[in-house]
Amino acid sequence: MSYLHDIGEYFMMLKNVFKRMTKGSVLRTLIFKEIDDLIINSMGIVAFISFFLGAVVTIQTALNLGNPLIPKSLIAFTARQSIILEFSPTFISIIMAGKVGSYITSSIGTMRVTEQIDALEVMGINSVNYLVFPKMVAMLLYPFVICISMFLGIVGAYIAGVLGGYVASDLFIQGLQVDFIPYHLTYAFIKTFFFAFILATVPSYHGYYMRGGALEVGQASTTSFVWTSVILIITNYVLTQLLLS
Amino acid sequence: MIKVKDLHKSFSGEEILKGLNTSFHAGKTNLIIGQSGAGKTVFLKCLLGLFEPTSGSIEYNKVAYASLNNKQKRDLRKEMGMVFQGSALFDSMNVAENVMFPLIMFTKQSKAAMKKRVDEVLERVDLIGVDHKSPAEISGGMQKRVAIARAIVNKPKYLFCDEPNSGLDPKTAILIDNLIQEITREYNITTVINTHDMNSVLEIGENIVFLKDGHLEWQGNKDEIYQSENDALTNFVYSSELFQKVRKAQLQGL
Repeated sequence: MSYLHDIGEYFMMLKNVFKRMTKGSVLRTLIFKEIDDLIINSMGIVAFISFFLGAVVTIQTALNLGNPLIPKSLIAFTARQSIILEFSPTFISIIMAGKVGSYITSSIGTMRVTEQIDALEVMGINSVNYLVFPKMVAMLLYPFVICISMFLGIVGAYIAGVLGGYVASDLFIQGLQVDFIPYHLTYAFIKTFFFAFILATVPSYHGYYMRGGALEVGQASTTSFVWTSVILIITNYVLTQLLLS
Repeated sequence: MIKVKDLHKSFSGEEILKGLNTSFHAGKTNLIIGQSGAGKTVFLKCLLGLFEPTSGSIEYNKVAYASLNNKQKRDLRKEMGMVFQGSALFDSMNVAENVMFPLIMFTKQSKAAMKKRVDEVLERVDLIGVDHKSPAEISGGMQKRVAIARAIVNKPKYLFCDEPNSGLDPKTAILIDNLIQEITREYNITTVINTHDMNSVLEIGENIVFLKDGHLEWQGNKDEIYQSENDALTNFVYSSELFQKVRKAQLQGL
């Protein structure tokens, strides 16, 4: 029953996000701040993980292709497909659930514990709109992060493949272009938009409705990460079934 | 002026406030006191409009809160200032930005006019030269002053304070009490303070409302409190040996 209550409360929160909008000039400032906190500040870790993820995928694929009849260009093809379809959109989103999700939950949770949310409410401000809406707008730039991740993943794959001596440069470039289906990119970016919405709202819910003190803020961050990851994985499955099958 | 008529508030069938009738006057420091669980916080949240009463009414300058539509209620809230127990300053803003926040949200003043007003109120609460500091960089007493400055920057008609002295040393607590009383008189605000601090009660209590188990047990001012024969009140106010001696001295005219 408590899960049903939480789900209902989550959707009520989403409804309230769009009520009584905060003053435009204030929202603009908040949105730029959230873009900085959620998007720009995540670029470093996303770039690092993507690059090495691409490299590892290439090495593992190369080491598992023992048959001389299989063309080496398949290494690049496998790396491209893995990175575009799954590693960049889903794996990076789970990393972001830890980084951005925990940040959102703990920052909103701390505001709850220290009565800052009550202060907003007493002033007659819609605190949900003030706190959650700018995060939702900022996360609209999340596909840009995933785009960079895809690019760096493939760069990592190229460097590991070519410098590691697993595949020649021209074969790698050729493999990257084999059987390329542009719809796969569309699928990846549709997923990314859904993931962005989940990454902005689920951690916000856990922070906004938390009760207790500093210890509970930590617990809420952990719970938020677990539930955001679970919802991301389920959404990934449903969207893959709907869009690719 | 705030008038409370037969105010009841229940949660899940449990009645917390049991028919309160009282009034809080403009230009005076009105104190709500009582033991933990007496209903003080619930009462304060009803006054702030954060809790809807189960029955009864709260009138702000003869206008019943329940008769207002949502927009009028929000407009009324803009006339309220609140000082929270933990100050509730926004961590992401510096002192000046915290104080300027209500002006940015609710007025269309120019940046220069807002800055001027912020400087005025910060000077009023004796905070000069800290406007660029973050709340974490200033002391608890300073944080309370910033919270008071933020509460009064938009010239509210009503000021609510929840345990404004908690966590402060006795000297700073008295300074904060006196500051609230001065501001209340200066701006002719209806100030309602929720407190456990008996020093505040005896120092600035111009209208004291004593709650016990959700009832209004006693009402009067700080001078009347010495004379009161109400057992519940005297047990609460003079629970410490020091205050018992203070009362004895007062009654003996020492």
